[in-house]
Amino acid sequence: MNDNNVSAQDVVIESDKNTKEQKYNEYVKIMTPKHNWFINMCKAFLIGGIICTIGQGFNNLYKYWGASEDLAASYTTLSLVFLSVLLTGLNIYPKLAKFGGAGTLVPITGFANSVAAPAIEFKKEGQVFGIGCKVFTIAGPVILYGIFSSWVLGIIYYILIQLGVV
Amino acid sequence: MSEQNMTTNKITGKQSILFTNPPLILSGSSIAGKKEGEGPLGSFFDEIEEDSMVGGKSWEDAESKLMKRAAEKAIEKAGLTNQDIRFLIGGDLLGQLIATSFGIVSLEIPMFGVYGACSTMGESMALGAILVDGGYADKVIAVTSSHFAGAEKQFRFPLAYGNQRPFSASWTVTGSGAVVIGKNDIKDNDKQKNVDKNIVIKGVTIGKIVDYGIKDSMNMGACMAPAAYSTISQNLKDMNQLPLYYDKIITGDLGYVGKDILIDLLKQDGFDISSNHMDCGIEIFDKDSQDTHAGGSGCGCSAITLTGFILQKMRRGEWNRVLFVPTGSLQSTVSFNIGNSIPGIAHGIILETLNH
Repeated sequence: MNDNNVSAQDVVIESDKNTKEQKYNEYVKIMTPKHNWFINMCKAFLIGGIICTIGQGFNNLYKYWGASEDLAASYTTLSLVFLSVLLTGLNIYPKLAKFGGAGTLVPITGFANSVAAPAIEFKKEGQVFGIGCKVFTIAGPVILYGIFSSWVLGIIYYILIQLGVV
Repeated sequence: MSEQNMTTNKITGKQSILFTNPPLILSGSSIAGKKEGEGPLGSFFDEIEEDSMVGGKSWEDAESKLMKRAAEKAIEKAGLTNQDIRFLIGGDLLGQLIATSFGIVSLEIPMFGVYGACSTMGESMALGAILVDGGYADKVIAVTSSHFAGAEKQFRFPLAYGNQRPFSASWTVTGSGAVVIGKNDIKDNDKQKNVDKNIVIKGVTIGKIVDYGIKDSMNMGACMAPAAYSTISQNLKDMNQLPLYYDKIITGDLGYVGKDILIDLLKQDGFDISSNHMDCGIEIFDKDSQDTHAGGSGCGCSAITLTGFILQKMRRGEWNRVLFVPTGSLQSTVSFNIGNSIPGIAHGIILETLNH
């Protein structure tokens, strides 16, 4: 596994199928160019940071207009989701994501994009079987496992309360 | 078609066929999308469609329209009508070949639907040539298509979904190409009149499915390179030739990653194709200005590069013998999700100019 110098020759002369596949996978890894993770991380930090700063801006604005902390947070979420869906519709969000990577994926704007994009794509297959069935094809796992993990955490929390730990 | 010809053995080597009376390529058509039209081969295509919907309602619809136009254009360029074509052999990437079925329904040509993923052009042409040389048809048409947005929708993500494509990912070509293949009944004295050279399909090498265990669908070049290696190596062995027998060995859509791997693998068999290898996926886009990463892919990639670019180069006599090897990766979203690796396939078509 630590042999980083797997060559095409090693792959071709290998007769065992599993070893051949393993060697070819290692060889392909050497042959395939990768995104520079450090530059990618910087871009993600920049774009993700800008999105969050905009969010903070909204938050401050709503509080300035007299909203409570909770209400301002909800309005901020709504505003970011709206902006993301709007930019998705205008085909700007994919370009932003191509540059920003995880910086656009992690904030709630990424979630909104992942719901809006299938809605646009599958509209042609009808309101029910198109949009209805396929709108959560990307976001579905996030929703399912998000709810599931909060349920698990809830149970743990309940047990800890019963035990008097918290 | 003398008695002697009928008894000549066409079976060559392990996987190849050499035709007794090599079928003639009567015409080729290429309908390209906007991005392809802006690429390095843009000036070679018959038509460039600026509208990604091609006036249709959906991507699937658009691809069907492209295919219909390609088929009609090829028949028109051959100076024929639909009734002159005995069989149509075609396929595409969409589930159950819907681009083909809905595209060619109005042509009313008896058809074979084939699936070879992005190698479909090779498979269609091989079967077409076999039908013609076997005497089962006088004229056939081989046609295939792909559409960037339709392929993204089916195999990856909706278009508007924001994500980063790895450098090894390819860009599905929007376009459709068709080739009309017919019996070669050119008389010797006819040949002099033509400025353009006539091209025949001298033989074919049918590829095996080859799986080296790659599971990364964003690196299809690496998935398909072993299949191209297997087919090209077998072709050279069956023909008992060295790579320079061909002016060009042209693979379908291996892209930059796959090309390097292919050349590397073939060297192990003693075949050096580094000087005469070309890949349609690399040629069709300019990766720096068009942001296409590893290169073009899809059935349309090898099809329109063949019909637009390669056939023209051969007609002008710049290349006289070409091994055209469209490559396909045979996964589906289901096979991918259940954890299967991605097998590849490649078919070799030996193209030759007459009297070179």
